[in-house]
Amino acid sequence: MKKYVIIGGSIAGVSCVEGIRSIDPEGEITVITSEAHSNYGRPLISYYLEGKTDLVRMSWRGADFFERNGVTVLHEVSVTKLDPEGQKLTLSTGAALPYDEVCLCTGSYPFSPKFEGLEPVEKRFFFTTLADALALEKAVDRLTKVLIIGAGFIGLKCAEGLRDRAGSVTVCDLAKHAMSANLDADCAPILEKHLEANGLRLMLGDTVVRFEGQRAVMQSGKIVDFDVLVIAIGTRPNSALAAQAGAKVNRGILVDEAMRTSLPGVFAAGDCTESMDISAGEPGLLAVLPNASLQGRCAGVNMAGGSDTFRKGIKMNSIGFFGLHIMSAGTYTEPVYTEITEQGCKKLFARDGVLTGFILLGDVHRAGIYTSLIREKTPLDSIRFDEVKLDPSLLPFGRSYRAKKLGGAV
Amino acid sequence: MKRVYVNEEWCLGCHLCEYNCAFANSGESDMVKALKGKTLYPRIHVEGDEQITYAVSCRHCADPLCVRSCISGALHLEEGAVCISRDKCVGCLTCVLVCPYGAIAPGPDGAALKCELCLSNGRGEPACAAGCPNRAIVYEERGEESR
Ligand SMILES: Cc1cc2nc3c(=O)[nH]c(=O)nc-3n(C[C@H](O)[C@H](O)[C@H](O)COP(=O)(O)OP(=O)(O)OC[C@H]3O[C@@H](n4cnc5c(N)ncnc54)[C@H](O)[C@@H]3O)c2cc1C
Ligand code: SF4
Ligand code: SF4
Repeated sequence: MKKYVIIGGSIAGVSCVEGIRSIDPEGEITVITSEAHSNYGRPLISYYLEGKTDLVRMSWRGADFFERNGVTVLHEVSVTKLDPEGQKLTLSTGAALPYDEVCLCTGSYPFSPKFEGLEPVEKRFFFTTLADALALEKAVDRLTKVLIIGAGFIGLKCAEGLRDRAGSVTVCDLAKHAMSANLDADCAPILEKHLEANGLRLMLGDTVVRFEGQRAVMQSGKIVDFDVLVIAIGTRPNSALAAQAGAKVNRGILVDEAMRTSLPGVFAAGDCTESMDISAGEPGLLAVLPNASLQGRCAGVNMAGGSDTFRKGIKMNSIGFFGLHIMSAGTYTEPVYTEITEQGCKKLFARDGVLTGFILLGDVHRAGIYTSLIREKTPLDSIRFDEVKLDPSLLPFGRSYRAKKLGGAV
Repeated sequence: MKRVYVNEEWCLGCHLCEYNCAFANSGESDMVKALKGKTLYPRIHVEGDEQITYAVSCRHCADPLCVRSCISGALHLEEGAVCISRDKCVGCLTCVLVCPYGAIAPGPDGAALKCELCLSNGRGEPACAAGCPNRAIVYEERGEESR
């Protein structure tokens, strides 16, 4: 019987279990995670604060998932060392754990630059785990002034989650625009207006230079008084364990399309990895939930001796704020379609005859048709792209495509 | 597994499948009461132009991207059928972002709605296929082709 160990019990880790079990119903699986909670939809932590879900419904694959799959889970235990030659792990408890196949599903960690005066700030939080959300829930009441550093989607999701719980929510970011990693200067202002109309205070192109007790001194010279501070500047892959063991690591752990690292018997999946972004034509951090899930499953299948590949990776994200839906996908190369109105925008990008990316704000109906064009690298001259541009539908794909997809099993 | 298949040569473009779907999933026993004067949220859609029409609904993909991508775990497999626990859905629309056929969309409450093959609404078989006057929509087993 094979001994599988999965480090990290989140999306990639759970999907890895699913992948292993699709091939090997018997093997011994151990999941080790530093968190007290596992198998929950991490993006749901803001919805939890908003009251749109609860601890039971947040379970990603159901409360009995590990039991159903015969998995031993060690919570609040970290792996401190990976020894690929000896095929064993060292745990924070001091114990050693041997393995036949291991998968690093260690995700990412929030990082924080050194702000002057940050240490004495007592009520400061990150916003990446359920424990963070539970702590914020306790720390915030109707009078609390919240300051969030970072207007990326994590910071803004936190702001949305806290708006009705707090007295005020201010979000600052050195970038000139909200969600600057996903949106461009045409689309971002629509979101910004919407956020402000919904009660958030935005301070863009401005950030904290130092803290003086419960006051943040901004670059612009402004002062922001706060009770609770959330740092949501960004996340970085958790790759140290792999790097120490000698695996090839760039920004994330490098993996091939079977999710193998450069070390024998060691796989990696999810936010901790760096893998091929087919829309950019080069490896990148594809740190969103769908990729963690697809990669985890792929790794699991291969660990168990099956054969699977992950070769259509792109960045893609769908998120909403106070009812405004935002989707972004792929790489923003050359704009081939732009439509901007008061309420929304749509931008499509293409290069070398294939769609490489898009941004949608507002109308996101059937966006998956665009995503599929990117992932499948469909030559745009093989469909009636002039029609698809305006309205995503299957009509411009032609009869034989439809006969195959609508008339056959896919 | 039995799925809903569409033969566009036979589709009349009458949109009856949309009405039958909305009715079957309304929880009402009277069609007029269920549909009259209401915005409908059918899980099957007829599209096309003057010459061609056809209906699109969930393909119940063998390896469903939506199930893998759903951030809440609301989308799941039940013996091959792709189903949704709407009480878990938070309306993020990641499923809309990934479905290659545009077969999933939000309902009136913002949570996603999709074809569940009428497996749990008491119909026993898909209402769209059962009511299609020209048998352009059928519910049957076809070869599980590799993609
Ligand atoms: C607030 C928020 C909102 C988000 N919204 C979206 C969204 O809308 N859509 C989307 O697609 N994505 C979203 N994401 C991103 C998404 O959550 C991640 O892409 C996804 O969780 C990655 O899964 P993972 O399993 O790779 O890693 P993670 O979910 O980060 O899990 C890694 C796990 O490994 C554990 N671990 C790390 N190192 C060790 C060690 N040495 N020993 C033991 N355990 C270890 C960690 O404690 C953690 O539990 C959001 C993220 C956040 C924080
Ligand atoms: S909703 Fe779309 S992706 Fe999901 S199973 Fe149906 S057709 Fe496939
Ligand atoms: S909208 Fe609902 S079903 Fe669709 S991905 Fe989000 S949580 Fe899942």
